[in-house]
Amino acid sequence: MKVHEYQAKEILSRFGVRVPRGRVAVTPAEAGAVAADLGGKVVVKAQVHAGGRGKAGGVKLANGADEAVRVAGQILGMKLVSKQTGPEGRIVHKVLVEEALGIARELYLGIVLDRSAELPVLMASKFGGMEIEEVAAEHPEAILKQHFDPCAGLQPFQARKLGFALELSGDTLKKFVKLVTALARAYNESDATLAEINPLLITTDGDVLALDAKMNFDDNAIARHPDIGAMRDLGEEDPLEVEASKYDLNYIKLDGTIACMVNGAGLAMATMDIIKHAGGAPANFLDVGGGASQERVENAFRILLSDPEVKAVLINIFGGIVRCDMIAAGVVAAARKLDVKVPIVVRLEGTNVDEGKRILGESGLALQPADGMADAAAKVVAAAR
Amino acid sequence: MAIWLDANTRVVVQGLTGKEGQFHAAKCREYGTKIVAGVTPGKAGTAVDGVPVFNTVVDAKAATGCTASLIFVPPLGAADAILEAVDAGIELIVCITEGIPARDEVVVSQRLAGSGARLIGPNCPGIISPGKAKLGIMPAHIHREGHVGVVSRSGTLTYEAVDQLTKLGMGQSTCVGIGGDPVPGTSFVDVLEAFNADPQTESVVMIGEIGGSAEEEAAAYVKAHMKKPVVAFIAGQTAPPGRRMGHAGAIISGGKGTAKEKIEALEAAGIRVAATPAEIGITMARALGKA
Repeated sequence: MKVHEYQAKEILSRFGVRVPRGRVAVTPAEAGAVAADLGGKVVVKAQVHAGGRGKAGGVKLANGADEAVRVAGQILGMKLVSKQTGPEGRIVHKVLVEEALGIARELYLGIVLDRSAELPVLMASKFGGMEIEEVAAEHPEAILKQHFDPCAGLQPFQARKLGFALELSGDTLKKFVKLVTALARAYNESDATLAEINPLLITTDGDVLALDAKMNFDDNAIARHPDIGAMRDLGEEDPLEVEASKYDLNYIKLDGTIACMVNGAGLAMATMDIIKHAGGAPANFLDVGGGASQERVENAFRILLSDPEVKAVLINIFGGIVRCDMIAAGVVAAARKLDVKVPIVVRLEGTNVDEGKRILGESGLALQPADGMADAAAKVVAAAR
Repeated sequence: MAIWLDANTRVVVQGLTGKEGQFHAAKCREYGTKIVAGVTPGKAGTAVDGVPVFNTVVDAKAATGCTASLIFVPPLGAADAILEAVDAGIELIVCITEGIPARDEVVVSQRLAGSGARLIGPNCPGIISPGKAKLGIMPAHIHREGHVGVVSRSGTLTYEAVDQLTKLGMGQSTCVGIGGDPVPGTSFVDVLEAFNADPQTESVVMIGEIGGSAEEEAAAYVKAHMKKPVVAFIAGQTAPPGRRMGHAGAIISGGKGTAKEKIEALEAAGIRVAATPAEIGITMARALGKA
């Protein structure tokens, strides 16, 4: 799960990470009021779940409240298009208004799970403001790493090692160590999958603050953090994906024309791949899950058909736990209810396959049976043309 | 021979009294697996289909001599269940549960190191040595005893591959689902090492997917050590970057973990990679000179 910058900063500051003074605003007038409270120069920052906001015109300086109102008026409601949003962009509904600070240096800090080491890793670099992937490609030697045990936490000496390597000293080093250990605790204790401060600001008077912050959270652990769960912004997600998540369905919208319904994530990905191989393009990823019920199948079917781009449907089920007859009954019920206009190709294999095929055959619906994945892909690609 | 699991392995099921635990334990017994105990805290003294239930894994082990565990505990309690099995000295732990927080898996991984226990999964279909025993939720009837080892991050895609192998007359020695999570207890390399040493296994099918670098590590192992032919398939060639494709571990992040990179690494190690999921079986047949 993703959160906005202002929410990430709220979480981080609970753990003791210093952030600039500021507040979120949803209207230009509110932004002006925040700027008046802060006094002096402020930064107005678009709040969307995507990076590259600065280059896209979503981050602007304002000198005083009046200018903040004007600048916020430009940003609020704009369609922000960056490398990360894709060409369709995102509409900005909120801005974060913060005090503008004197910049001496910008550094990078980020924590992710290192899957090979099976431990969280803290990365730091002197190239603040650059994306870490870019730094990794251009200056791999500049990325400093410290792995840490989630039970013991990141130790102060590890933060000191990074601080000295980044040529910090005196009070600034102490503040850096405090912030880094707080960041590691925030990552660990909130079940984050990413905690990134980019840039980390060293101010002209030696202060250390998170100028920007990004946090992603483990969907599997949200139940342990209801406060973070409440920060979910459904407006930032695809409406069909939101609908699917209500039924515990793994659905990801793609831009092709062939809808797929598959049981199991690996088989669902492989089904998308074979559609592409046969010359088509998948409209979605959809895993109905191992324990799919008839009701789930119906909901899944309804959701994938509500994508207007869909020209044909491929149902690919390898029954293990899930029985083919149950899937078949769900498909027939849903197809009748929804008055389906597009061709449907069905490939069933595994437990109770004969009964499943019988149910489909006797339904009177125009369903095309297929034998094996290659046959299914060829048929559905032909049907979508 | 097969690896890790045979007809004599004695098994405790953690979460036996739950709906899934009961259903799949019965299926495992039908296949011949020796399910000797169940564990559900607070239900000691009861029985499920004649299998005695204990409060703790230690009690179950003392009473029945079980050396393997099959876990069907809900996600937020599953790491605790795995740690309990490790603590009791269980040697082979198979965790089916999907949805365990990654942080819990990191803690488990730290505890497993040096413990002598092997964890398969979580978020996996389990392990089957066809004709001998199964510890998991895979449909048994598609398997045949034979000489192909199968290792996979996926569940149903593995069934697809096994079905193709069986239909082409190639039985399996052992099929191991290592699971779709970011911190699996057992890696591709662990399984490849075991298959390399197993006299029954003559070739290996390896099914990977996007995310992480486990396939690249496997490719390096195969190139340096593997004495048997390996055939692979990688799912997710059309997956968009930055999205989790169902499995918690199936995500291309920061441009890393793409199917293309993995396929290149595997091919550079001399592994034949099936172009589509429909060609996994035939690719193995060709590698063995049978087609």
